[in-house]
Amino acid sequence: MPLLPTPDTRHVDFDKIYEPSEDSYLLLDTLSSDSETKFLHDRFPAQTASPVVLEVGTGSGVVLSFLTTNSTAIFGHDSILTLGIDVSMPANLATRETVSRNNPRGFYLDSLTGNLTTPLRDGSVDMLVFNPPYVPTAELPILPGEEDEDTGRELDLLALTYAGGPDGMVTTDRLLDMLERVLSEDRGVAYVLLCAQNKPEAVAERLRLGGYGEKGVRWKVEKVGTSGKKAGWEVLGIWRIWR
Amino acid sequence: MKILTSNYITCAVKACKSSTLSFPLHFQDAELVQEEVDFNAEFIVGILPRIEWDALIVTAAELGFTNLPAQKPEPTEEAPLGEQVLKDLHKLLLETQVTEGKLVCGNCQHIYNIHQGIANFLLPNHLV
Repeated sequence: MPLLPTPDTRHVDFDKIYEPSEDSYLLLDTLSSDSETKFLHDRFPAQTASPVVLEVGTGSGVVLSFLTTNSTAIFGHDSILTLGIDVSMPANLATRETVSRNNPRGFYLDSLTGNLTTPLRDGSVDMLVFNPPYVPTAELPILPGEEDEDTGRELDLLALTYAGGPDGMVTTDRLLDMLERVLSEDRGVAYVLLCAQNKPEAVAERLRLGGYGEKGVRWKVEKVGTSGKKAGWEVLGIWRIWR
Repeated sequence: MKILTSNYITCAVKACKSSTLSFPLHFQDAELVQEEVDFNAEFIVGILPRIEWDALIVTAAELGFTNLPAQKPEPTEEAPLGEQVLKDLHKLLLETQVTEGKLVCGNCQHIYNIHQGIANFLLPNHLV
């Protein structure tokens, strides 16, 4: 497939918002790779119900914008609905701006301020994309709460974009627990980025064995993209998780 | 926030997920804006299967749109949807936006604020 354009994010204030980096670009490359465009063409054919595509933690919006702009190449049609959620209001405003500046073809619904998938109705998401805060840290930064809208309490929004707690997995584990609830029964698929320190093979095995969530769905899991090879180690990987 | 989005969201409080009262959330003090979007009949037909119709009727009525059919249209090749129904849906679902206002849970009565078109679903700490 020809290289698809990377969305323009020059308007974004990177003092508050995560700047597109190697992990973001790996997601763009993977979602537009031959294997994944084939998978997504087959999963969401034209003339069937339009898929709802949710990105969790949109930051600048570069990944959601990429999907919305390049829907024809990635899905084979433009009948997709894209939705973003982020704990940071500045990130949500930036995402909306990024999508609108980059000639969207699919239909961008909205950005929401929220914690992972908590406001999504059960089974409402067909495709979920998550570039988590995956860097191992001693503890998690404080999450913003509803009160912060009024008090203007200074939060370390940038730390929230990368700090993942022990194994870098605290936030990702919570998201993986939610998949069985939020992904549609028949077509749901998630793309989640993991780094080597997250012990990705163990995470994948736990997903396959039904070790996440309350129902314990036994997911299909496959590594579909890698980058950052260091002395033979792949530092970053994109994992496809589906029923 | 677009009206179609409200069909995919519910109360963020975990205990409300099992209550039928938590969906749809109810708009209050909504300031509506219409933003023109290119009309595409096929696109509307494609999103119909992804809509919870009964919830949409409730939301639409709360915002003053009362011209939706009571039952979800089921277009077929022999009986496609009329252009007027498609245009009404297009206007309501894709072009109508709530820029300021509130969304209220019918179960726990929690209020979610909408500012600059973006709804805030972060909860106060005692509800997380």
